[in-house]
Amino acid sequence: MSHAETDVAGAVPELAAIEVQGGMTRSGFLLKGALAAGGLYGAGAVAPFVSAALAEGEAGDVEILNFALTLEYLESDFYNVKGRAVGLTGDAKRYAKTFGEEEADHVGALETTIKQLGSKPVAKPTFSFPVSDEKSFLALASVLENTGVGAYNGAAPALRSKEVLAAAGGIVQVEARHAAAINLLIGKSPTPDQGFDRPLTKAQVLAKAGPLIEK
Amino acid sequence: MAGSGAAASFGAFVLAACGSGGKSSSTTTGAATTNATSATSGGGDVAIANYALTLEYLETEFYAKVAASGLFSGRSAALIKDFGAQEQTHVEALEGAVSKLGGTPAEKPSGRFPIESAKRVTELAYTVENLGAAAYLGQAARIQNAELLAAALSIHSVEARHAATLGTVLGRSITPDGAFAKPADMQTVLATVKPFLA
Repeated sequence: MSHAETDVAGAVPELAAIEVQGGMTRSGFLLKGALAAGGLYGAGAVAPFVSAALAEGEAGDVEILNFALTLEYLESDFYNVKGRAVGLTGDAKRYAKTFGEEEADHVGALETTIKQLGSKPVAKPTFSFPVSDEKSFLALASVLENTGVGAYNGAAPALRSKEVLAAAGGIVQVEARHAAAINLLIGKSPTPDQGFDRPLTKAQVLAKAGPLIEK
Repeated sequence: MAGSGAAASFGAFVLAACGSGGKSSSTTTGAATTNATSATSGGGDVAIANYALTLEYLETEFYAKVAASGLFSGRSAALIKDFGAQEQTHVEALEGAVSKLGGTPAEKPSGRFPIESAKRVTELAYTVENLGAAAYLGQAARIQNAELLAAALSIHSVEARHAATLGTVLGRSITPDGAFAKPADMQTVLATVKPFLA
C-alpha cells in the first residue's frame, strides 16, 4: 500500500507540495496514527514527531485547508463541468445541480478561510474524469463523496483552530448527505461503513482522487 | 453561529410532528428532563459523551419501537433495521468512551414516541436525525480528547447519512441547511427532545 501511495503522491505535484513536512505530517497529528507508528518504530521515535506536529499550529491548518480545497475544486468541477457534459437526467441531474452548487460554495468558503489565515489558496488543478454516461458518472460521484467524508473526518482532529474545525464539520456533514443520496440512487448502502464512517489518511485520499488530477 | 435559529425551527418542527401524540404531564416531562440534564453535567468530554449517549439511547429505542410497529416493509424496513443497529453501536461506543474517560455512563432514559403512521414516523425520524447531526456538530469544537473527537466525527457523518436517506424517502431536502450544516447547542437539543422523554 505504501508503494501505491508514494506513486500517486509523486504523480501529483500540486498535492504533494501541499504537504510541508512529508507524508507523515498530517496523519501524525492523529493520536491513533501516532500510536500506530509507535507500534512500528517504538514510542521513543514517535514522541519528538508528535511534539513537532503539535508545534505546527496555523501552518498545519492551512495545509489541511488547501488539501480540502483541492478536493472541493475536484468535486465542483465534476458536478458543474463534467455533469453538464455527460448529459444527466432525472434525480442524477437534480443532484448534480444542487450538489455542484454546494461544492462551489465549499470552494469559496475554503478560499476565504485560507486568506483569512494569511495564506494563499492553492491553485486549481486540471482534472480528468473517466466517465462517459450517467451510470459511470454516478459511480464516480459515489467514490468522490464517500472519499470526501473520510478525508474530512481524517483531517479534522488535526485542526488547531476550533473555528476551522467547526466549519469543516459543517462541510463534512453535507458531504455525508451527498454520499448517502448518491449511494441510494445507485442501489448501494447509504451507510457503507455501518455505524462509524472510517476516517482516511491523506495517502488513502490521494489513492482515490490523485489519478483524476491531470496537472 | 447561526445554530440557534436553525435549532429553533427544528424544535418547532418536532412539536408540529408530535401533534396530539405530544401531550404529556408536565411533571413527568420535567423530571425526565432534569435527569437528562444532570446526565450531562460534570463538564468537559465526559459530559459531552454522556449527552451524545443520551441522544443515542433515544434514537435506538425509537428505531426499535418503529421496527416493532410493523408499519414498514421491504426496503424501508431494512433501512430502519440498519439505522437502529447503527445507533445501538453508537450507544456501545459512547458507553465505552465515557468509562474510558473515567466517567459513569448516563442512565438510559425512557422514550415515548408517536408511532402512528409510516409517514409520520419517517418525518419524525428525519427530524430526529437532522437534530442528532446538528447536536454532534455543535459539540465537535468543544471536545478535548482526540480519540473522542475522531469517534464523534465518524458518528456525526453517519447521522447525516441517515438524515439524508430519510429526506430522500420523504422527498424532502437532502441538505436542508444548504452547503453548510448548522450546529445546535446542548440546551436547544435537550429542550427539543424533551417531549420524547417518558
